[in-house]
Formats: sequence, C-alpha cells, structure tokens
Amino acid sequence: MEPKQPCTCSCTPTEQSIEGCTYNVKTVPAILKTTSTLTFANSLDHFLARWGWNRCGHRVDPGLYQLGEPTSDSPVFASANYTLSFDALRSALNGTDAWILVLDTKGINVWCAAGKGTFGTDELVRMIHLTDLPAIVSHRKIIVPQLGASGISWPEVMRKSKFLVEYGPVRASDLPQYVKTHTATPEMRRVEFPFKDRIVLTPVEFVHLAIPLFLVTAFLWFLAGPVPALAAISAVIAGTVIFPALLPFIPTHDFSTKGLLLGGFVAVPFAVSFATVPAIPYWANALAAVTALLLIPAVTAYIALNFTGCTTFTSRTGVKKEIFRYVPAMVVMAGLGIMTGIILGVSRLLGVI
Amino acid sequence: MFDSYTETTLHYYPDRCINCKRCTQVCPHGVFDAGDSSVVLSHPEACMECGACALNCPVQAIEVQSGVGCAWAMIGAALRGKDMDTECSCGGEDSTCCATPQKPECNCGEK
Repeated sequence: MEPKQPCTCSCTPTEQSIEGCTYNVKTVPAILKTTSTLTFANSLDHFLARWGWNRCGHRVDPGLYQLGEPTSDSPVFASANYTLSFDALRSALNGTDAWILVLDTKGINVWCAAGKGTFGTDELVRMIHLTDLPAIVSHRKIIVPQLGASGISWPEVMRKSKFLVEYGPVRASDLPQYVKTHTATPEMRRVEFPFKDRIVLTPVEFVHLAIPLFLVTAFLWFLAGPVPALAAISAVIAGTVIFPALLPFIPTHDFSTKGLLLGGFVAVPFAVSFATVPAIPYWANALAAVTALLLIPAVTAYIALNFTGCTTFTSRTGVKKEIFRYVPAMVVMAGLGIMTGIILGVSRLLGVI
Repeated sequence: MFDSYTETTLHYYPDRCINCKRCTQVCPHGVFDAGDSSVVLSHPEACMECGACALNCPVQAIEVQSGVGCAWAMIGAALRGKDMDTECSCGGEDSTCCATPQKPECNCGEK
C-alpha cells in the first residue's frame, strides 16, 4: 500500500483540535527526503560541532523524512533536529525503508533535549499531527530513542495521539539488530561512557576556556615569564583534556576530589621549579611554590566538577552535594593563591624580587 | 567519603507496580530488573535521576525529582540568583539554544 500523501500548504487547516488542545497549524510541511549516506559536508559539520563552532547552527529542518522507499507499513523513528543525532540515525538505518520524524529540539541532541523537555511528549504529539502521520502510516507505532524517554511519557503520547511509543536502543549503531526483532538486549539498554565518548568531548571543553586562558597566559607571561604561563595552560589542559581521558582511573569517586588530585599532580613539578629558582629570596621561592600548589589544583578541580554535565551518570542530587561540599574549598584555595600571586607580582614590580 | 553519589531522590512503590517493565526499558543504568510479579529495584545507587522511569510508569509506582547533574548550569544559576534545581540543564546563556524554548503552538497549558 502506497503512503497517503500528506496535506500540502494549499489545503492546510489553520487549526487542529487534538484531545481538547487547539494547535495553530500554519503549514503542514511536505515530506522531506533523506538518505543513509553521510557526505563530506556532514563530516565537516560534525567536526565543527565537536569544536563548538556555531553551537546552535547544527540543525536539520523538523518534519517527516522518508528514508529509502517507505510504505505505510514502514517503521517510524523519532529523532532530534540536531545534525549529529539525525545523521547517526539515518546512517545506522542504511538499507532500511523508514520514516523519520524529526522533532524541533532547537538544535539540541536527543538526551539533552529530553532533559530540557524540548524532546518531549507535547512536541512529539504536535509533530505527529503536524505532519499528518496518522494518514501516512497504517500502523500506530513510533520508535523513540531510549535516551529520549526522560522527556517522553508513553501513556500520554498514546492518549493524545493513539501512537504507541516503542523505545529503541541507546545507541543508533544497535538499530540494525533492533529492527529485526524489535527487542533490545540489556547491553543495548545500558549507556556507557567509554574513552572514545569522553575524548570526543574535550575539544569543546577546551574551546569554552580558550579566551580566558589566552588572557591569563599572556598576563602571566609578561609579568612572571614563560613557566607561570605554562602552569596556567597545564591546569586548563589537565581539567579539559587529561581529566576526561583518565576519568575512570583517577582515585576517589567525586569529580572534585579527582580534579584536586590531578591538579596536585600537575602542580608539583611547577612548585618544585618555583621553589628552586636561584635568583630570588627564599621567601619568594616558598610563596611561588605555594601559589602553584593552591591555584593549579583549584582550577583543575573546578573544571573537573563542571565535566559532570557531560557525563552519562551523574545525578543532580550528587552534583549538588559536590558543589556545596567542595566549591567553598576551591574558592578558598583560589583566593589564597591569587593573594600570594599578587604579593609576588607586586614585589617583582617594586624590584623587591 | 569522597562519594557524593550514594543517595538519590528515587522512590519505588512495588505494591503499585503492574509489571509492565517499561522502567527496565527506559533506564540507561539498569536500576530496575524484571521480577516475577513486579520489577525489582536492584541498583538504586546507579540512578542518575533522569526521570525516564517515573515519566513512563503508567501507575505512578516510581517517584524521582528528575534533573540533570550539571555543575556548570547549577553554579551559573546560583550566581544569577536563580533556582539551582530548575534552571536550564545544558548551556545556559539566554542567547543560546538553551534559552527558554518557544512555547509550542498549543494552548493546553492555558486551560
């Protein structure tokens, strides 16, 4: 059975009443076409997204897409209008004729959008009706990525649209296996956070801090020389790159304490270096070493704590506890470190050291 | 010590469970396991409070104060004098895609 063509703009109703809700339907978009092939432009887009370039610009148009030659019996998959999410889905469905319903998540990936509510029940129901999906497919089932479940209530979707939500696997790469049986193994249901997934986040983490790091590095370079400037760079690289890479291997469970340990490890060589500079008085040696031991761990720990938002397992309750438990200590350490640094800087400007 | 993640806001009421197993399908950390007459809360410490289980439980057998554990957003909210628990989960700048989403063209919430 061929799919029924959706209503086009020329016959679009201006209002649609669903379960007592009036949706102001301005335009019913035509069915869009897509393929499973990822082009060089797609890869470039993914690369730029990973580096935080034009953060909100990595979008596809919301609407209903046809992949291959789907019929009215073909499965329907839901996705976000973030290019990485959409491209992961369509490339994983290579060889499958399917419909892809892209929700308007404002260019945010499925999991984050679900947490925020934009990949949610209301948006799913709205898009089902906006695209006239009930007239296009003969079944009433929609496969939603499992990580979208924190924004979707399947009983509500059923009540409002008559569509049954079926939760697919966590990873799009498991979809070829899933579509054969419509059953996900426990492994397909579990989210992991392997090295590859952690390291791919490091560019955008570093880019977020690039400008303040450049300013601090330049300031330290002119005031105190290349080694203090290198210390600043090392503290930030430790927090943004080394910390994610070594996350499971750093002792303790809390991100803050892991960051303090890593920062302390990075600080020791600089502290030793500052403590053994021959041309300055002993008190200045000691103060410089203490400055490194206070500032570098505090900076690295704070960046490490902020990595909680990138992970796949930290709870809000736990993060909140971490904030109240460790941020005051970080502030005290950073404050004392800045004070000792100011004393050293002023002493240098006055010619005392 | 050094583990702030031992407690969560997850509450499970097995007497309400109808064993539909939806929670076992949506939880990304295997917090619930299938049981004979009701699901079993087997790994509560692994809960990340995403709220997927509670949202998809048709009989409200699960309760959790859902949210995203993002220190950057929570600290940012606190510094702006806003509620740490309800602020935007990712990003956070008003000018970014994390700005308050446009209201859907539906008047459900107004009724």
